[in-house]
Amino acid sequence: MKFLFDSDTWQEIYGSIRKNKVRTGITIIGVLWGIFLLVVLLGAARGLENSFNKAFGNFATNSVFVWTQSTDTPFKGFQKGRRFRLNMKDIQVLKSEYADEIKLLAPRNQTMNLIVKDFKSGSFKVSGDFPVLDQIQKKKLIYGRFLNQNDITSSAKVTVISEDIYKQFFEKDEMPIGQNIKINSINYKVIGVYEASNTANIDGDTAYIPFSTYKKVYNTANNIDWMMITANEGIDIEQMESDVLLTLKNLHKVHPEDERAFGSFNLGKEIAKFTGFLTGMQFLTWFVGIATLIAGVFAIGNILLITVKERTKEIGIRRALGATPKSIRQQIILESVFLTTVAGMVGIIMGATVLMIIDTLFGQGEDATLVNPTVNIPIILAAFTALVVLGTLIGLIPAHMATVVKPIEALREE
Amino acid sequence: MIRIEKLHKSYPIGKDSLHVLKGIDLHIKEGEFVSIMGSSGSGKSTLLNIVGLLDIHDEGDYYLNGQLIKDLNEKKAAILRNKFLGFVFQSFNLISYKTALENVALPLYYKGMNRKERLKVAMDYLDKVGLKDWASHLPNELSGGQKQRVAIARALVTNPKVVLADEPTGALDTTTTDSVMDLLKDINDEGMTVFVITHEEEVAEQTKRIVRLRDGIIISDTPTKAAKAL
Ligand SMILES: Nc1ncnc2c1ncn2[C@@H]1O[C@H](COP(=O)(O)OP(=O)(O)OP(=O)(O)O)[C@@H](O)[C@H]1O
Ligand SMILES: [Mg+2]
Repeated sequence: MKFLFDSDTWQEIYGSIRKNKVRTGITIIGVLWGIFLLVVLLGAARGLENSFNKAFGNFATNSVFVWTQSTDTPFKGFQKGRRFRLNMKDIQVLKSEYADEIKLLAPRNQTMNLIVKDFKSGSFKVSGDFPVLDQIQKKKLIYGRFLNQNDITSSAKVTVISEDIYKQFFEKDEMPIGQNIKINSINYKVIGVYEASNTANIDGDTAYIPFSTYKKVYNTANNIDWMMITANEGIDIEQMESDVLLTLKNLHKVHPEDERAFGSFNLGKEIAKFTGFLTGMQFLTWFVGIATLIAGVFAIGNILLITVKERTKEIGIRRALGATPKSIRQQIILESVFLTTVAGMVGIIMGATVLMIIDTLFGQGEDATLVNPTVNIPIILAAFTALVVLGTLIGLIPAHMATVVKPIEALREE
Repeated sequence: MIRIEKLHKSYPIGKDSLHVLKGIDLHIKEGEFVSIMGSSGSGKSTLLNIVGLLDIHDEGDYYLNGQLIKDLNEKKAAILRNKFLGFVFQSFNLISYKTALENVALPLYYKGMNRKERLKVAMDYLDKVGLKDWASHLPNELSGGQKQRVAIARALVTNPKVVLADEPTGALDTTTTDSVMDLLKDINDEGMTVFVITHEEEVAEQTKRIVRLRDGIIISDTPTKAAKAL
């Protein structure tokens, strides 16, 4: 290993690199491109994955939403086009009939209302909810807490508002907890503010109030607008969706084949599609990355081969002057390792720079397409090492060839 | 210094083989100045390459400095070349991207000498061939005669036992030929064994012994007038 620290070794390498500018350039570009591509691809894939996780990360992904529309088939004496509403009895039935399948069930009522505080006002969605909502769609609270069972039991006039509502009605950094806002001319005490960004919030900017309070204030009796259902671990979400719909059709005297009566959205199914896409993309990334690396390895090997060929005469001269096969091999290999290392590092730096640019262009804001595109340093190092090692191993072949031919044959080469 | 007995060498050509050296007996003592002559294809270069350990013979014995050369691996051959032999080629064979000084210093690199010392010794030898002022020039900035003198300095720099030169003046005109021959004579006068191949009678006459080859055998081996004059 002493030769590594010998300034003469590097002098020799510097000399030959400087001499063979084209070859040096090609090697550097080949390796640089391979590593660069790998870094950018992996980083972009990671960014996409991150943005996906950011969008759905706070959501129980095995959820189904169900609401009512109007029937499209006459049934049991009812005309088609009948409108009807879900109610709390449905919830009771589902809870008992699907005790094993359903993990969480959230009945919901929602409306748009005017919110007023002091001299400011604005129209926002008001939602009557149970505390369970927080489990289905996790809320990140900036101030206070979410609704709890006590609020439900006492039908408290309390509300949890979104960050944007807070910003509209309160001064910056003003303490909102305990203050009153008017919703539809009724005073509610603010008990919590949740962060709206970073979450796929299907509710938008909403003021949550207890379900029981909503029922009283808006006179909804037992009716509900829609429900969110989350399945237990390991439950086939699509099966559950169709079973639940069938039960509901039965409860509401809707034809079993009626396609329009109930609307439903299966978040699990949609996410599965997207996850499949992500997996496919990751696979593609790896495939392209590994193919690039292999190409890079062959490029290095090939260039070494050319190098050795075009330098056969020089190698012959060196051997006539007393260069041992080992010293020739060392020089060829060290040269290639040096070139690939430098090129690889530049490639990594360039790739990282591009990822940084991507991050500033597409990675900021709430609906960022690529969030925090990064690469695993160990992965890149492994790829890099593989490139250098394999490239060098392939390069050993021409290096070896250069030393097994008789010196006179090398010298005769033109 | 060099002792060759019943040396044979054939080159395979397709299925056949071309018998080039057909039993050479040659003995060169330390300090001799020998030239080989012979028509083209008579096997002169083949013989010199075998002597220079750049090629291997098929049959017969070859002793270099008393050591029998047989089944030599490349590493040992490289060390022997570095230690005992200096080469001068017709086409100079300088490394194009190294300066005259670096070219001369290269054999010392393989000897393991450090850079500073190496360059100092190399400079001494460049001075000796009269090219001190050209030390930092690349080969393509030198004339043929200058290139060959750099090559001679390079052959001498390790202070070898024998200098082997294959038509060192083959690519030079009369004046530069004379300057190169004067140089070879000088180093021979200092005791170095010199072994040259040449086509030119005038060149051969300046050595001390002429060996004539024809079709792979020695047909004559005579001292020159120059030698007799001594
Ligand atoms: N590597 C080789 N393979 C096959 N034949 C060869 C090889 N090298 C030399 N020869 C043949 O061997 C014979 C002797 O070649 P050599 O180079 O020794 O001749 P030479 O006396 O040096 O001639 P010249 O004066 O032209 O240099 C020639 O016929 C040549 O064609
Ligand atoms: Mg010849």
